[in-house]
Amino acid sequence: MSSHDQGEATDDRSAASVRSLETVTAAVLFALGVVLIADSLRIGAGWTDEGPQSGYFPFYIGIFLCISSLVNFVRAIRDPETATEAFLTRHQASMVMSLLLPTTIFVVAIGFIGIYVASALLIAWFMHQLGKFPWSHTAPIAISIPAVLFCLFELWFKMPLPKGPLEQLLGVV
Amino acid sequence: MQEIQSLIAGFGVALSAYNVLLMLIGIVLGVLIGVLPGLGGANGVAILLPLTFSMPPTSAIIMLSSIYWGALFGGAITSILFNIPGEPWSVATTFDGYPLAQKNRAGEALTAAFTSSFIGAFIATLVLTFLSPVVAGFALKFGPPEYFAVCLLTFCAFVGMSHDPPFKTIASMMLGFGLAAVGQDSVTGTLRLTFGQTELLKGFDFLIAVIGLFGISEIIQTLEEGLSFRGGNGKIKLDTVLKTWRELPRYWITSLRSSAVGCFMGIVPGGATPASFMAYGLAKRMSKKPKDFGSTQNPQIEGVVAPETAAHAAGTSALLPMLTLGVPGSPTAAVLLGGLLIWGLQPGPMLFVEQKDFVWGLIASIYLGNIVGFIVVLAFVPQFAAILRIPFSIIAPSILAICAVGAFTVSTSIFDIYMMLIFGIVGYIFKKLKYPLAPLVLAIVLGDRTEEAFRQAMLSSGGNLGVFFSNGLVGSLTALAIAIFVWPFISQAMTRLKSAT
Repeated sequence: MSSHDQGEATDDRSAASVRSLETVTAAVLFALGVVLIADSLRIGAGWTDEGPQSGYFPFYIGIFLCISSLVNFVRAIRDPETATEAFLTRHQASMVMSLLLPTTIFVVAIGFIGIYVASALLIAWFMHQLGKFPWSHTAPIAISIPAVLFCLFELWFKMPLPKGPLEQLLGVV
Repeated sequence: MQEIQSLIAGFGVALSAYNVLLMLIGIVLGVLIGVLPGLGGANGVAILLPLTFSMPPTSAIIMLSSIYWGALFGGAITSILFNIPGEPWSVATTFDGYPLAQKNRAGEALTAAFTSSFIGAFIATLVLTFLSPVVAGFALKFGPPEYFAVCLLTFCAFVGMSHDPPFKTIASMMLGFGLAAVGQDSVTGTLRLTFGQTELLKGFDFLIAVIGLFGISEIIQTLEEGLSFRGGNGKIKLDTVLKTWRELPRYWITSLRSSAVGCFMGIVPGGATPASFMAYGLAKRMSKKPKDFGSTQNPQIEGVVAPETAAHAAGTSALLPMLTLGVPGSPTAAVLLGGLLIWGLQPGPMLFVEQKDFVWGLIASIYLGNIVGFIVVLAFVPQFAAILRIPFSIIAPSILAICAVGAFTVSTSIFDIYMMLIFGIVGYIFKKLKYPLAPLVLAIVLGDRTEEAFRQAMLSSGGNLGVFFSNGLVGSLTALAIAIFVWPFISQAMTRLKSAT
């Protein structure tokens, strides 16, 4: 289904095993189930004169979540393959991080510098760092895509998106 | 022939210049979405949904459903030319489609794929036209117990009919119900699971979940797999089209069988993806030369026909339970259902009574949309395929930015963009660990209404679960749901018994 990168030597050692991810996921889901049960009990999971209380339905959802997570947890531990199988190779992990880190910064930055400037920076970063484009190619694309979004949303659909200091400076807010 | 009259009136609605223009825009956008990695039917529609808030509902649904049809067509292009399924339901199309393209038969494979998609959709639309008024009439008699039983059946079908591990399906679904419970309880107004956080008061919006789970996660996965797009030329000559059309009638049994599988899997919420695999498997088993299926020496056109017919039939018929019962059969149908609620329409059987223009305008537009879509993809394949030659380092950040914009516009909240990213990471991990995403999304969408139906039913019975067996209708729905639910466990136990002896 996938054609792997060519050229560069890739580090195929495991960065994390399937088992570790399986058990952590199951444990987190189990914990969420416990939270559901606890909160349902807090607001009442039984019956009153007016019928079922607010926690009545989520209480059982929590129970089912806990049971199914428990089964998934036990299965992951009992399956010997999961210990050796890689969830991600080191090469893949570095690829994923090279996307996730800038994306996280982008998402956080939206609140401060607005979505247009943040998008321009994100595109510029990707093109220059991962795509190895020269700045002469990067800059026009990184600026024009947010500009198109601006025209589309602010001007055409009259739907204001988060803006920051740059837009204030330009007087478009 | 009440349906025919209604349908003709529907064509009157759908054929207005404005609606036809929206349909065209929808189809073209849809094919683009289907071709681009990280954008699919469900999240593409979710991102564009806020833009339709101010449109008349009929025009809005025509545009959004056209995006869905476009995406269904678009998925086949990348599968055949680049061996990259643009959509999960096109995975089975790569088995024979890509080998065909490598043997310089891309034109034939594409023509066959588009034609079969069209036929699958057409048959499913016929089913939709004539079956949905019947189902809706039936559903008018539904009370809370029946409605809950239908929801139960929907969710049990996910456990019983998918190939994903059943306990992971249940966990994923329960997480969805849990997320749906966050915020104000719709019956009593009590705050649940908000922990004093104002952001959590309004609960989790499933559109945000869809954009994250299907969009962001897809981009992470594409990058991890390190895709480089190398592929054949997608140009289709008229000769090839005509030649393939002459050949296609030979596979009429496969087409019919795949359409039936697709319609069934779409109505019972199995969805387009399992339908495409099932139809492919059946075609292979019934064929005289099963070994040639998916082979590089002699790939079969039939191996493209079967999954494409089924996927398109399932995608289309998924609208039937959405319109008639208010229970969507696929994530994309769920997003469209969310749209109905936003436009102020109550999905369910009353739509067929109170909103005739809307329902029949939509159904008529499906006929038109598929004809338009068919012509558009056939004529512009090379242009659409060229999009994949744009470097991923430009496409990925642009799609991320568009997803962020889409997430923000749902309720103009920056908090939603953070949630989108979290859903994206969760979706990526879930996909890799084989936790299915569709039941999670459907549980978020249907959670509140399922709960309400359950509570009303329990209230009427004084807390006696026997209410779900109190009459023939609700009893058989519940029994069917339980039977489908326990099926994977029984079949597992049987295989274990067999291997033990």
